Amino acid sequence: MGNKQTVFTHEQLEAYQDNPFRQRIAQVFSEDGDGHMTLDNFLDMFSVMSEMAPRDLKAYYAFKIYDFNNDDYICVWDLEQTVTQLTRGELSAEEVSLVCEKVLDEADGDHDGRLSLEDFQNMILRAPDFLSTFHIRI
Amino acid sequence: MSQSLAFVLNVPETPQDPEDSQEPSPYDESEVHDSFHQLIQEQSRWVAEEGLELQQRVPGAGALGASGSDRQALLGPEGAPVYSTATLRILASMPSRTIGRSRGAILSQYYSRTVRLRRRAGRPQLRDVGRSARPSLRLYDLELDPAVLEEDEKRGLLVKELQGLTVAQRDHMLRGMPLSLSEKRCLREESRPPRGKRRARGHRGLLSCCSQLRDSCILASHNLGLALLSGLQALMPWHYALKRIGGQFGSSVLSYFLFLKTLLAFNTLLLLPLLAFIVGVQAAFPPAPSGSVPAFRGLELLTGGGRFTHTVMYYGYYSNATLNQPCASPRDGGQCTPEAGGLPYNMPLAYLFTVGVAFFITCITLVYSMSRSFGESYRVGSTSGVHAITVFCSWDYKVTQKWATRLQHDNIRTQLKELLAEGQLRHRPPRACGRLWQAAVLGLVWLLCLGTTLVCALAVYSFSELVLQSRVSAERDGALLALPLVVCLLNLGAPYLFRVLAALERHDSPVLEVYVAICRNLILKMVILGILCYHWLGRRVGTLKDQCWEDFVGQELYRLMVMDFIFTLLDTLLGELVWRLISEKRSQRKGKPEFDIAGNVLELIYGQTLTWLGVLFSPLLPAMQIIKLLFVFYVKKTSLMANCQAPRRPWKASHMSTVFISLLCFPSFLGAAIFLCYAIWQVKPSSICGPFRTLDTMYEAGKVWVRHLEEAGPRVSWLPWIHRYLVESAFPIYLASALLLAVIYLNIQVVKGQRKVICLLKEQLSNEGEDKIFLINKLQRIYERKERSRVGRTEEAVTPPAVFTDDWDAQ
Repeated sequence: MGNKQTVFTHEQLEAYQDNPFRQRIAQVFSEDGDGHMTLDNFLDMFSVMSEMAPRDLKAYYAFKIYDFNNDDYICVWDLEQTVTQLTRGELSAEEVSLVCEKVLDEADGDHDGRLSLEDFQNMILRAPDFLSTFHIRI
Repeated sequence: MSQSLAFVLNVPETPQDPEDSQEPSPYDESEVHDSFHQLIQEQSRWVAEEGLELQQRVPGAGALGASGSDRQALLGPEGAPVYSTATLRILASMPSRTIGRSRGAILSQYYSRTVRLRRRAGRPQLRDVGRSARPSLRLYDLELDPAVLEEDEKRGLLVKELQGLTVAQRDHMLRGMPLSLSEKRCLREESRPPRGKRRARGHRGLLSCCSQLRDSCILASHNLGLALLSGLQALMPWHYALKRIGGQFGSSVLSYFLFLKTLLAFNTLLLLPLLAFIVGVQAAFPPAPSGSVPAFRGLELLTGGGRFTHTVMYYGYYSNATLNQPCASPRDGGQCTPEAGGLPYNMPLAYLFTVGVAFFITCITLVYSMSRSFGESYRVGSTSGVHAITVFCSWDYKVTQKWATRLQHDNIRTQLKELLAEGQLRHRPPRACGRLWQAAVLGLVWLLCLGTTLVCALAVYSFSELVLQSRVSAERDGALLALPLVVCLLNLGAPYLFRVLAALERHDSPVLEVYVAICRNLILKMVILGILCYHWLGRRVGTLKDQCWEDFVGQELYRLMVMDFIFTLLDTLLGELVWRLISEKRSQRKGKPEFDIAGNVLELIYGQTLTWLGVLFSPLLPAMQIIKLLFVFYVKKTSLMANCQAPRRPWKASHMSTVFISLLCFPSFLGAAIFLCYAIWQVKPSSICGPFRTLDTMYEAGKVWVRHLEEAGPRVSWLPWIHRYLVESAFPIYLASALLLAVIYLNIQVVKGQRKVICLLKEQLSNEGEDKIFLINKLQRIYERKERSRVGRTEEAVTPPAVFTDDWDAQ
């Protein structure tokens, strides 16, 4: 974590746990989906979030992270959850639904009302920033 | 197509787990086509009988948004899809649903990819495939092949296929697989070429021995390469510092520091050939000392003159003769010991060639990195889809500190609100007079900025003329610092004025504001540098006729660099530290100043331009620049951590790095290259110092050498021929330009065509989606009707439907 300490106080740990998707990351990379990671899972996570991971692999795991109900599609409910977590609930419900509608308009290629993995990957191709933001430096 | 085939849809009655992917699905697509055709016929018959209306779209009650889109939604009233289990079973077997499946599905998907990669076959011939909508599915998809269903078998097949690939392809394929690390490791181990047993080596033939040797060589070199790579990563400087900066301030501020690191790499690349071929050689064979050497005073560090003048630092030190030459004729009766085996080293030629080659290498590297950065950051159609990209790609996972993540939350919320507002604004067209007023204000501000630039340029010009006329001699060293001081003051003050003027105008998008500010600052700096270049090459050369003007120009650039460094420090101190103290005292809350990325990057580019301008006259200038960059890194990092906060505006880090490197290439490097070319081709070098003192232009050194080669004999006659017909004449340049223009035009046409293809594919995709939903709804209705008719049949006797042969009652 950057210090040479080995024991951290609760406040220090809290300061490092502000990623809004931390629970989803833990669930996606853990073996049983319950959030408990073994060392291998931990290595998997850092391998995917490293610089060398190819774009499609990152897109695959990002899709799984944003798929809150694990139904292999990012539906409207998943999108609403994502936007709410991103803005810490500071957007009104109307704004959230407007954003979700615009996202589906832009990214849904086959017009079935939700994003499949292919739609997500196509959208990621158009976002050159993705590789630098979906990245944890070790 | 309409055969009266008794189709058996073998779907058992008891509902099973839809996740069981080994389940029977309609693999045979021709039969599926037929069955659907017949189902549709049956249904239309029933509809005609019962007089129902066929509905092709299901706008469910759970349609999105209050306005209701025309998108087909598969949603039932509760917002969840409502299908019978039979439909769900078929849906679960769709080939596109690979993500939730078992590892077996992933393995088989990658097996098919590997097979395709190895065989390099495109789509198979249509006539071989028969009537099927998706021939690729038939031949390559392991999932639908009923023969191989076990996961272990699939894994074995995948391993066999991986063994057939090259090492690089295998690693690339393994890296992209969404499996866990331990599995990838096992796959890699298993797919390595098996090593033969040592004791059996004697029994094998020579061929297998060679192949084993080759394999072990390849493996050893691969491991060595990996070890070197990890060693190189450990050598990379500032790894931990960059991590901390990224964690606290995000990717946009990090891009400045990464750009600094890139500049360091460029300077090292420039310095190495100069050190090896010019500085080192001259230092090993120092010329005879001419005159007295002045003592070292402290002022030399600032002015670059005095003690430093007659050292390897400047052009004047370098000799114009051939070094280390075994002398054929002893001069003035002195002893001349011919060194057997000594390599004669033609210093003028080496100087010219090394500077030229170093610049050429820098040019190639710059253009390559610029094109690669451009390729990564700009896509066809990347301006659309802003909302999706903001939602999914804007959270920076690097950021770890709590307050920094809070800032990110705020940024993203602001961005989303701005996007929504922009969208609404687009629906309301702005008033005409409002736009006119905006254009007028914009024009006025631009006029004022360009006027300021002109005033600054005039100030520099007149001051330089003043300095020229007052004939500053070498004794009054301190007065030499006056011109660099004026230039740096103008470079520091004018951007603040631009910022004040820019507050008057209101741009629609904040990113445009930043680009406009960068543009104005860049114009100012380049104009000032242009005036200075004219002053040196146009006026100073004439004034310093009997002295070493190249030394003077080199020293001027050294002074400019030192002044620039001092002013950077001052700017950091005043702009960031003092600002923070003032704002903290004035407003009680923590209002730290934002880190000005654009201004700092422009300062780096300016410094690098000075280095490139001065390389010809002072070969050690890149070394000074490296030292300066090291200091700037630590100063900026400390100031950033202590005084600043991340910028509030949304910065796309990848776009920014592309912009930075393009700005480095186009005005900066191009200007320096033009300056260099002019100095080499057109200006007469001074006659008392330097490697070109007896020649008319610096380029003549090359011509002299070519003449020398011509006289040398017919063996190297191709070199003078190249020189005469390719370098001296203008025809190859015209030809090359025409070819380049043709290639650019063709590329533009290709990109236009690709854009059209993308549009067509998008349309096709949406049509396919509609087809899919239509078919699924039809299927669902068929099953519902079947259920109803079955239920009805148990109550009363009804003729069974003609389509299905019921196996169910028989079970």
